[in-house]
Amino acid sequence: MSNIDQSRRQVLKQLGGTAAAVTLMSFGFRDGLAAEKMTVGAVYVGSRDDYGYNQSHAEAIAAIKKLPFVRVVEEERVPETIAVEKTMQAMIEQDDAKLIFATSFGYFDPYVIKLGKQYPKIRFAHCGGLWTPKDPMNTGSFFGYIDECEYLSGVVAAHVSKTKKLGFIAAKPIPQVLRNINSFTLGAQSVDPSFTTNVIFTGDWSMPVKEAESANSLIDQGCDVITCHVDSPKVIIETAEKRGVYCTGYHVNQSSLAPRGYLTGAEWVWAMPYKILVDAAHEGKPMINFLRGGLKEGFVKMSPYGKAVPEQAKQTADAIKAKMLEGGFTIFKGPLKDNTGKTVIATGVSQDQRDVVLEQMNYLVAGVIGQI
Amino acid sequence: MTEVTESLGWWGLPIAILAGAIRASTPFLLVSLGECITEKSGRINLGLEGVLMMGAMAGYGASLYTGSAWLGVLAAGVVGAALGLLHGILCSLKRVNDIAIGISFMLLGTGLAFFLGKSLIQPQAPTLSSIPFGFWSDSPQIQSALQINPLFLLGIVLAVLLHFAFLRTRWGLRIRIVGDSEDAARAMGFRVVPTRIMATVFGGFLAGVGGSFLSLYYPGSWSEGLSSGQGIMAVALVIFARWEPLRCLWASLLFGAAGALGPAFQAMGLTSGFYLLNALPYVLTLVILILTTAPNRKISGAPGELSLVRQ
Repeated sequence: MSNIDQSRRQVLKQLGGTAAAVTLMSFGFRDGLAAEKMTVGAVYVGSRDDYGYNQSHAEAIAAIKKLPFVRVVEEERVPETIAVEKTMQAMIEQDDAKLIFATSFGYFDPYVIKLGKQYPKIRFAHCGGLWTPKDPMNTGSFFGYIDECEYLSGVVAAHVSKTKKLGFIAAKPIPQVLRNINSFTLGAQSVDPSFTTNVIFTGDWSMPVKEAESANSLIDQGCDVITCHVDSPKVIIETAEKRGVYCTGYHVNQSSLAPRGYLTGAEWVWAMPYKILVDAAHEGKPMINFLRGGLKEGFVKMSPYGKAVPEQAKQTADAIKAKMLEGGFTIFKGPLKDNTGKTVIATGVSQDQRDVVLEQMNYLVAGVIGQI
Repeated sequence: MTEVTESLGWWGLPIAILAGAIRASTPFLLVSLGECITEKSGRINLGLEGVLMMGAMAGYGASLYTGSAWLGVLAAGVVGAALGLLHGILCSLKRVNDIAIGISFMLLGTGLAFFLGKSLIQPQAPTLSSIPFGFWSDSPQIQSALQINPLFLLGIVLAVLLHFAFLRTRWGLRIRIVGDSEDAARAMGFRVVPTRIMATVFGGFLAGVGGSFLSLYYPGSWSEGLSSGQGIMAVALVIFARWEPLRCLWASLLFGAAGALGPAFQAMGLTSGFYLLNALPYVLTLVILILTTAPNRKISGAPGELSLVRQ
């Protein structure tokens, strides 16, 4: 296996996805008009149309593709290993990509950082990581404060739950995931402090059988609102609907999968940051190293309320949402204890959404049942 | 919408294990029974992971377009059988290694299923219904655990039938002789190659149906991460079960239950070391393989012609 060349076509062949990959490649002609176009690369960890995270990114790329000065190359199902380095390198060397969107958390350290140093003229926009000034200036991270939507989902969930037990199926205990679990729980507790959230970590971004099994286990334990942070929530939403409990969605609107039980959901609007980053590259402005936004900036949005949501829940959630849109709402403020009893935010301290401390979250708040 | 569900606490564990064994074991069972027949005839089809994925995709697609989940199951079986036939014919050519063909089928099947299944990820196809064996209980947990899919029952019946067929029927004897000694089979006038091809076709059919169980019942949706290696684990399971259909049944139940352990423990709040708990079924596979492939020990019950064990 040592003499594999750098070509990602080769790599893909070995992964068995040749047919799928070939259709995705836009075999570029590099002369004439095409030369004036800027090539933008996008790398996804899962399938582009997974009805979830990767799809939310692919939809933004599809929007970017419509810009007259942009040519797009995409590759899906690229694992968070050395494979992503080869993919990005191939995009730079073979497709002449000038800006690469690396959309999975595990791509950043060390792969994006390493290539950022190697190719100082290429821009690397990573989703979800935390760029710090010691990282190359041509790299950067963008993300949305989706925990605002999770908080609102928690508020709505608390209005319909009878058991006061919520279930959260998560892939990996990384800061963004923990932040969502905590926000969801805090949202519910803002309605009734006795709410608890049971967490199950499945271990990876897409594990359909385990996700279904997790949903069933949580429902068996009495959780009557289920939500998740996995790449493709379809199975979980369907399982919740089948078992007759409520759910809130993630990544994209899944309300059609659960017409009875879908309450609301947290959705991405990636086209917003993508457009900002592509424009900056096109106009030759410096790379934006740290790009964030929430409801206010239009990076995220809520799914429309489902029919099971009572009027009072809508009013409460809408009132909080209005404050968030003004930028006057703080989710994480002291005194806040984690679920081992340790104080994580002292009394009087409030951590604003843009506070990077929140992006290093390594605790589960009191009321979350589970360990990291 | 739902009545208040009482928490089960530690009772959740046995129920989760039972439910997991019932819900998650069927693909293991069907694939391993099919592979059992194939291997008994002296061939190994390592490509069943690919066949499983093709079955899952074809089954979901057929169910979506025809509106009938059972037609989906049939389509999955037919696609599986076709792949089995191709495998069987290719392996019958001279100097073709069945293990290499199997690996290429694994890659081909998954790649093709991903490619053809792109448009099937979002739509919701009609799925298989189950029989509520838990009607006697007031507990929604037990009612849910005892939702039994007909394919699971079919798998159990098939395991028992195959067990007797191998022991008692002329048909079973023929497969065993072909698998144990080609020379003996020829001497007795059995046609070796057609028998093996038929055994592989049957194995492919069952693997395809096993795939449709994944996409049409549990978890009940087509996605690219659907199998997560279950087809490969099922092949390992046949070795673990010593090529015995009834042992395949027990082993499948064990694997299904093992997969439920991780989520069940976590739902009860015991989440430390979840990676380890989640890895349990794979660790089990590994341990089985290590135990059964000690180089200086012959595996008891192994068909003599199987390239996997032939010295």
